[in-house]
Amino acid sequence: MSLARLLCALLVSIILAGQIVKPAYAADLASALTRFSADDFTETATAIDEIVATQAPQAEPILSALGNARLFVDMATKKVYWRTAAGVVHDALTGEAVASPPAPLSTVRVNNRLRRVLSNAIGALTLMAPEPQRRREAADAIFRSRDETALPQLEEAMKAEKVPAISRAFQHARASILVTAPGVTKEQRIEAITVLRDRADMGAIAALRSLNGTADAETKTLAATAVTAIEERLRIVGYVQNIWYGLSLGSVLLLAAIGLAITFGVMGVINMAHGEMVMLGAYTTFMVQEFLRANAPHLLEMSLTISLPLAFLVTGLIGVAIERGVIRFLYGRPLETLLATWGISLILQQTVRTVFGPTNREVSSPSYMSGAFDFMGLSITWGRLWIIVFTLIVFVMLLMALKHTSMGLHMRAVTQNRRMASSMGIRTPWVDAMTFGLGSGLAGIAGVALSQIDNVSPNLGQSYIIDSFMVVVFGGVGNLWGTLVSAFALGVANKFLEPLAGAVLAKILILVLLILFIQKRPRGLFALKGRAVEA
Amino acid sequence: MSFKLDRRGLLAGMAGAAMMVAAAAPSMAQETIKVGILHSLSGTMAISETTLKDVMLMLIEEQNKKGGLLGKKLEAVVVDPASNWPLFAEKARELITQQKVAAVFGCWTSVSRKSVLPVFKELNNILFYPVQYEGEESERNVFYTGAAPNQQAIPAVDYLMSKDGGDVKRWVLAGTDYVYPRTTNRILEAYLKAKGVAAEDIMINYTPFGHSDWQTIVSDVKKFGSAGKKTAVVSTINGDANVPFYKELSNQGVKATDIPVVAFSVGEEELAGIDAKDLVGHLAAWNYFQSDKAPINATFIKQWQAFTKNPKRVTNDPMEAHFIGFNMWVKAVEKAGTIDPDKVIAALPGTEAPNLSGGISKMLPNHHITKPVMIGEIRADGQFDVVWQTKGLVAGDAWSDFLEGSKDLEADWVDKKCGNFNVKTGKCGS
Repeated sequence: MSLARLLCALLVSIILAGQIVKPAYAADLASALTRFSADDFTETATAIDEIVATQAPQAEPILSALGNARLFVDMATKKVYWRTAAGVVHDALTGEAVASPPAPLSTVRVNNRLRRVLSNAIGALTLMAPEPQRRREAADAIFRSRDETALPQLEEAMKAEKVPAISRAFQHARASILVTAPGVTKEQRIEAITVLRDRADMGAIAALRSLNGTADAETKTLAATAVTAIEERLRIVGYVQNIWYGLSLGSVLLLAAIGLAITFGVMGVINMAHGEMVMLGAYTTFMVQEFLRANAPHLLEMSLTISLPLAFLVTGLIGVAIERGVIRFLYGRPLETLLATWGISLILQQTVRTVFGPTNREVSSPSYMSGAFDFMGLSITWGRLWIIVFTLIVFVMLLMALKHTSMGLHMRAVTQNRRMASSMGIRTPWVDAMTFGLGSGLAGIAGVALSQIDNVSPNLGQSYIIDSFMVVVFGGVGNLWGTLVSAFALGVANKFLEPLAGAVLAKILILVLLILFIQKRPRGLFALKGRAVEA
Repeated sequence: MSFKLDRRGLLAGMAGAAMMVAAAAPSMAQETIKVGILHSLSGTMAISETTLKDVMLMLIEEQNKKGGLLGKKLEAVVVDPASNWPLFAEKARELITQQKVAAVFGCWTSVSRKSVLPVFKELNNILFYPVQYEGEESERNVFYTGAAPNQQAIPAVDYLMSKDGGDVKRWVLAGTDYVYPRTTNRILEAYLKAKGVAAEDIMINYTPFGHSDWQTIVSDVKKFGSAGKKTAVVSTINGDANVPFYKELSNQGVKATDIPVVAFSVGEEELAGIDAKDLVGHLAAWNYFQSDKAPINATFIKQWQAFTKNPKRVTNDPMEAHFIGFNMWVKAVEKAGTIDPDKVIAALPGTEAPNLSGGISKMLPNHHITKPVMIGEIRADGQFDVVWQTKGLVAGDAWSDFLEGSKDLEADWVDKKCGNFNVKTGKCGS
């Protein structure tokens, strides 16, 4: 009992002491904070420097809040508040949480210059942060800013660092400062150059190139050779990067064309409404996201997974309807099919425009689809990687479906010899409808993936229709493997031509090459016997 | 369906037709003044132009509430040129000859404007063109209420060169491959070189319409930006290509603090289709932003959202241009006392009308107007935060001062009655 009372007394006295004895930084912090009410970028910049100088514990949250537009000022009282990501409002001067903040708070505005100042300041403040991710970000911020004033804190942090990867990031940051900082010995500078050479990326080149004029000739030559070595390495990386970009573009082409490989390739229907099926798939994703946002926000991350079967169903059913309603009357009349499906494409476009409006719709990316990572010097974006993986999965599943299901068997039978198949008791009209539905459904799931990298607008489909036909024709009509090879070949060729000739000319060149190729091999890379060939 | 043509049916039909003619004729000739709206409602450009059609309908409705014009009601005649450039000319002809409109508000792309120019000249009517464009043009029948290059591109570059803009030394000029970006980039290149920027510090890149694979270009920009000098991208990328471009930028981690992108064709409407969180800090240069705090703007936004019955509907710069242009036209018609095109064209220069940022814009003798120039940074909510603004209004200059062949030209439809008067030779025509 008496122990508890003693503790209570202690606690009370500590709290009292905390309230009475104001911390040393309070006055400086107060004067710095009043500058925010000026709503002037220069004043704000001064305030940032002053806040860093106070070394107050709440300096870091204040500056982070400022960078994230969560710092507010009450214009009437000139008091400053910050809001945490969770939504709790704190008084900037005392650092304490405020239960009911005053009503008209205006956000402290920042521009790009201030954001840079902030990221440097926060970098210096978070070098010793407990979370490894933030220490790493701090190291990267210093590496980019090459701010000499951060050097003492950086060296302090290096001693304490345990994680090897972050330790290396600190070394790089230190090297980037030392390479340009005045008053550094020659040995230190040469060591810094070696560290940067081993880092071997764009940032290292930038740091090495900024080597100042006072350095002696030997150091300069060292830096120059280091730059050449890195550039050589980057050139090789560049080739690999181009191949990667090509594969990524190829996967998008394949995804867009794979449905057409069924409707045009296997069935021989010139389906101009194919692009609109892609577009409808993308709009299905939009609808799913809207629904989830309103009804089940926690499932939003799963929106693409939910959209895939839905998009397949929606576009597949529309495809079956188009086949039953229009196309089946036009088999064997390619020109009329072309005009009819083109008409359908216009109708679908304008319908979507009327229902959803002509402007782009926002489809958000789940977190696993955004951002990039470094792999052996290549920068690989997650979104593109997932699209490649997804495309290959779709491709393999389609192959399996055609090879190992009875539906697939019927499709192939009808394609190869319609009359024989019919004689064997296969309902060919029904198979036609299902095949067209499958092709349209595939276009729909392509739309789900494309909603992640392109506009979701009524025009989405148009931009893919020409490319899709190109891929199918080049690959050989009726051959899925041909479609795969041609999509990746066109993608890689495009990406190698683009840096040389520019995006516009690259596209033209590809088209010209394709026309020449078709002159030589009218049936594409891999010709197949089928109804399309017989017709 | 069969229609039996008997005597009674024929009579009824004729009577009906006669009544329609009788009803239509006076309304055409006496009761209303027709205003043509020539914006694409389908096709690629519908994304941008449909909004302008709606804003015109709203302005006309408001004017009718105030009692119309010259004692008559205004009547909007909407046609759809379907993003098809030759169709623009056909539809313009239809508006003028068949519908007998008093003036036309329309066009977005420069190529559509170029396609209707001969029609407006031949049939002598008035076109109000509301979009920022490349300049190098001044026609008697056209009034340019959007920005000329000196009201958008040049101030934006000046801002980036300043300390607040980040002291930019290296420039990527990226655009869609057509007349507006090409001319604007030609002007900017000449301007940058005049400011002492070396040729190797300028990278120019063009992409086709609707370009969607930006991986190579964004990585090239990153490479170009790593040369140790502060780099910025000046984007004249138009329309649909912007969304994938910005998505690629954010995916490859290009932050506005490292390489800012200043866009001339990206406004509130375009950002509505993008998750703007990763774009915070990228810039746009316009003459109007929805976030402007002027009271007249608040009224306009309220009116617009009520008219479209959508409390989230955004406003943008070309809408403001139509707002100014329409009010100028109304004032000029009132001044002239007639809708006769020659008299209205003569009355328009010198006409003043409020803009939405609280100032008064004025129609100049070169058929361009005065406007403020603003630089906005993208906010996380898809709106813009104005970080810089000209002190006063900037007068639109039809002929750029930085291009050979156009710097001696001047447009003056009041005194010299000429759209390309050469000050050196003292003659009309270059």
